[in-house]
Amino acid sequence: MSASGKPQTTLQNENSKTNIPMKTKEQFEITPRVGARRNLITRTAVASIVLAAATTSVVAGDSATAGSREDRAAIRPFHVKIPDAELAELRRRIKATKWPERETVADASQGVQLATMEKVARYWSTDYDWRKVEAKLNAVPNFITEIDGLDIHFIHVRSKHKNALPLIVTHGWPGSIIEQLKIIAPLTNPTAHGASAADAFDVVIPSMPGYGFSGKPSAIGWDPARIARAWVVLMKRLGYTRFVAQGGDWGAIVVDVMATQGHPELIAIHSNMPGAIPPEIDQAAASGAPTPAGLSADEVRAYEQLKFVYTKGVGYAYQMGLRPQTLYGITDSPVGLAAYLLDHDARSYEMIARAFDGQPGGLTRDDVLDNITLTWLTGTGISSARLYWERVRELSGQFGFFNIKGVSIPVAVSAFPDELYQTPRSWAERAYPKLIYYKKHDKGGHFAAWEQPELLSEDVRAGFRALRNAKTTASNR
Amino acid sequence: MKTQIKLAPKVASRRSLNIRIAIASLALVAGAIPALAGDKSTVATKDDPSAIRPFRVNVPKSALTDLRRRLAATRWPSKELVDDRSQGVQLMTLKELVRYWSTDYDWRKAEARLNALPQFVTKIDGVDIHFIHVKSRHPNAMPLIMTHGWPGSVIELLETVGPLTDPTAYGGTPADAFDLVLPSLPGYGFSSEPTEVGWENGRIAHAWAELMKRLGYTRYVAQGGDVGAAVTDAMGRQGPEGLLGIHLNLLAGVIGIADQLPKNTEQERAAHKALATFKTSGFGYFLEQSTRPQTIGYSLLDSPAGLAAWLLDHDTDSYYKFSRAFVDGKPVGNLTRENIVDNITLYWLTGTGASAARWYWEFGQFLARTGGQAPPPVKVPVAFTTFPGEIWAAPRSWVEAVYPGVAYFNQVDRGGHFAAWEEPALFASELRAAFKSLRGDKETALNR
Repeated sequence: MSASGKPQTTLQNENSKTNIPMKTKEQFEITPRVGARRNLITRTAVASIVLAAATTSVVAGDSATAGSREDRAAIRPFHVKIPDAELAELRRRIKATKWPERETVADASQGVQLATMEKVARYWSTDYDWRKVEAKLNAVPNFITEIDGLDIHFIHVRSKHKNALPLIVTHGWPGSIIEQLKIIAPLTNPTAHGASAADAFDVVIPSMPGYGFSGKPSAIGWDPARIARAWVVLMKRLGYTRFVAQGGDWGAIVVDVMATQGHPELIAIHSNMPGAIPPEIDQAAASGAPTPAGLSADEVRAYEQLKFVYTKGVGYAYQMGLRPQTLYGITDSPVGLAAYLLDHDARSYEMIARAFDGQPGGLTRDDVLDNITLTWLTGTGISSARLYWERVRELSGQFGFFNIKGVSIPVAVSAFPDELYQTPRSWAERAYPKLIYYKKHDKGGHFAAWEQPELLSEDVRAGFRALRNAKTTASNR
Repeated sequence: MKTQIKLAPKVASRRSLNIRIAIASLALVAGAIPALAGDKSTVATKDDPSAIRPFRVNVPKSALTDLRRRLAATRWPSKELVDDRSQGVQLMTLKELVRYWSTDYDWRKAEARLNALPQFVTKIDGVDIHFIHVKSRHPNAMPLIMTHGWPGSVIELLETVGPLTDPTAYGGTPADAFDLVLPSLPGYGFSSEPTEVGWENGRIAHAWAELMKRLGYTRYVAQGGDVGAAVTDAMGRQGPEGLLGIHLNLLAGVIGIADQLPKNTEQERAAHKALATFKTSGFGYFLEQSTRPQTIGYSLLDSPAGLAAWLLDHDTDSYYKFSRAFVDGKPVGNLTRENIVDNITLYWLTGTGASAARWYWEFGQFLARTGGQAPPPVKVPVAFTTFPGEIWAAPRSWVEAVYPGVAYFNQVDRGGHFAAWEEPALFASELRAAFKSLRGDKETALNR
């Protein structure tokens, strides 16, 4: 625990929920509305905060622990402080990279291109400054709490506006909480971003198990269903009894699954990678079949996108789904890790390659390297890859990224054109009987919150607007 | 050592202009090709693109020091969450491998083993092809070109050189002798990397026929497992002049026709099960390499531990055999720690992790182009040996389905995917038996 991060936590009552970015200790709100809380676990957590003292063994951050075994549910403030030696070692390794020959094609069809990787390495080992993102992370309240035996790191930013709607946002792979940093302000402080106070959210952004500053599971079983249940525990522990959830990539799968688990606290979800592909379409695309007859223009486009993904774009997913541990190289080689994380989908790769060519749009070089560096410093390349393995195990050999999962609660959908597939409204309606919002965008891709924070924030506001009423929010207060 | 290097056999009987030029130019041996990890004495001038140049391995000390430094600095992930290989290469296995690699292991011994054999490089179709060429002292030896696979190299085949070329020292007769040609696949080991696309099996097969021709062999046989099986299969279908027959120890051709294969006997059902397992849970590396060889390549070039793990993780049987060599100290057959690490070190020093993976990309492109079309028939007799530990141990009925009228079939009682490497003596005895019927005064006389 660094001196500055020592948990001088202020427990706040429901009338003093101030949350001013860029300040330090006083900002660390542990949990809101102590007075209204009824659950024993939460009370224990709050009580134990005063005992905070020791340090947990988080690889790359300082975490104040509440100490005793009885206080596992404690919510401990967390502060990121990477030792200088770690950063120097990273730069040393990048500069010592042993490179392969150039790919034998003039495009990205063999993977991340050498010219791009060399630019990434050059910038990463010279001008890139991790301390900037560290400061950004530490400017928002970070916490750790143990759920289901595992330390879960999360960012928790409360809006200054009353009746803010609690929202838990889940990142994906190859991402992290870095993906979501840009939507915190628009969602928690809407009046500063062209929206109204009535659109405010209290935002909770957890790091998935095995990702970033969360603990690495030491036993199998942390599949999306278990993560979803843990998120509900987290929200309840924070005192939220009615909330909404949002996600893309794995986060989208987690929120879909959460929405099928029958949690009364979860009133709606928003997805920017919906599980909405009709089964017959999914099967046809997976087998590489020609476009089925009778599809609308939007459906044809989505089908072609899917077919590309299934036939050419999922090698990484199978590798991680079948043999994540074999990827030792991404833990040992920063350039190996960077290449692996850049190579998610064709459109986002092109966008990232453009950023390193001096044409940022969507993501900047710093955005990309903030996420990669976080994965490097926390040594989570393989522990994060294990989520794919867990999913394959959960579904007995399948991935089920995009299949319809049987969500019956209200759902809002954002369909971005450069997503793995742009969900047609017709499929969203079929997958989600209570589709309360659908927005088809003409720009943006897989990392919507990261690339298009304003568009995604506006969708989240608009998507959940109808759910905000006195009854709903009153039950949180 | 230079005197050991035999260029090519029976100069007098050779007719090819190319070969004469190659031999003539040997006298000029002078420069060195700037190969990363070997000395390629070049004799080729711009006028002699097909020259056959002697080759010796001599890795700079600095490369070995750098390797040890990187191994010592390995950054490890957390342990897998299971107690088997189902999440990939186990941490304990890899840690023990890295410990051995960075301390007791001595690359110079491998180098000496390689340099004890005549090695050459010759440019074929724009790529420098490295090969070992060992001629038997017995007259009438049958020329044999044998091709390694992935994640292997010529290292896989070294222990077969004695039994195949010097049979009388290994329980055979002079009539069992082979003249042996062991090429490194393009992008593998000391062969150079193609800088253009198109090096799929058919093109490699053509190159091998050219190599045999360049060496003066007009009648010969070919053998392969893994990638080598695919290349050798392609040779059999191309039927180049002089190719008498082929022997394979992997039945790759069943992957796309599983639904047409017999499923009646217990053995056939077991093979179906093994094939299905491969197709559902054993082909992650295949898909990664066939779609994104460059992406995984960065890790393979920069992290020796990452490279080692990637190369250990081929199939279940061989993984556990590799693992035993390190964890239990009980190697199976010839799969010793030293042999396993020799192969990995060869990949590391030649920096060929990405270029070797690219074979899968080329294969994928080829499959996409040809769709589900049946390949042309094999034009020469086919021999096949089923080793029990192979990914799917092919029953005779399956071999018949892929190669109707198979000329030789046998199942042996030990050995797996890396049959030549694991059981070199048994493997050699299979080749003797498989090709016996193709030997005759007529054929061999033509080579002399």
